[in-house]
Amino acid sequence: MIITLDHYLIVAALLFTIGSFGIFLNRRNVIVILMSLELILLAVNINFIAFSQSLGDLVGQVFTFFVLTVAAAESAIGLAIFVVYFRNRGDIYVGDTPIMKG
Amino acid sequence: MINIAPILFYVFSGVLLSASLMVVTARNTVHGVLFLIVAFFNAAALFLLAHAEFIAMILVVVYVGAVAVLFLFVVMMLNLEGGEMHRGIKGYTFMGVLIGGVLLVELLLMGLSWYTAPEAFDLTTAPTSGLKITNTQALGNLLYTHYALGFQGAGLILLIAMIGAIVLTLRHREGVRKQNIRDQQERQVRESLRLIDIPSGSGV
Repeated sequence: MIITLDHYLIVAALLFTIGSFGIFLNRRNVIVILMSLELILLAVNINFIAFSQSLGDLVGQVFTFFVLTVAAAESAIGLAIFVVYFRNRGDIYVGDTPIMKG
Repeated sequence: MINIAPILFYVFSGVLLSASLMVVTARNTVHGVLFLIVAFFNAAALFLLAHAEFIAMILVVVYVGAVAVLFLFVVMMLNLEGGEMHRGIKGYTFMGVLIGGVLLVELLLMGLSWYTAPEAFDLTTAPTSGLKITNTQALGNLLYTHYALGFQGAGLILLIAMIGAIVLTLRHREGVRKQNIRDQQERQVRESLRLIDIPSGSGV
């Protein structure tokens, strides 16, 4: 038995599905949605790494590096926005976010 | 000798998937963040199995060390536990299962039908086979030469994110006594010192 590219792709597909399921399932607070986004980006990274190993090309790992950078920046900014939102509203319940419309 | 790599793969991917399922279904957000840490550790192990050692270590350092701790910090600072937790979760479960199921079926259909073009193996720009250096060295050689511009861009993105987070969360508090050095240095004698002639025998 040997681990092929397809095994990684199936794991990444399941992880992507769980992440997108989490975005729709969660209506409690926005932080879980941000964590679901992190899971989705992790699934993308698994795909990059799997193809990098399968094709014998190092560029996939370089792209994983960039995806990691963008994900870290995104979560930092998102959490800062949530802190400001919480300071103004007292909670970060998702259903109330339409009040941010102008 | 038995090959343990497939067993490790199944263990790590099983724990990864169940931990990520716990992330999205956990009632307590703190538990969700802790399961996110478990998921990142197992993903790092999967990267190690795929011979991407540097990215695996970066995942542990950046995600577990910085991002997950940032999540934990914000969750604890915002004090989310309360009556909000059980509000209106039922109505969206069906929608979530439906959309997630459609996505999964589409992805698996793709997985059944794709193939690698035969000329794809000739197009590799940075082949890993036959390298005499470690993964970290090879990645550094590639990143600092062919992808130097992207590397600078990544640094710029992190700088902008840092400035943005600071600007968003910076708060000027009213009524806090602070030392203002400029005010202290600009003080003149005539506005801080007053000589009063007091006649002898009377009080001030």
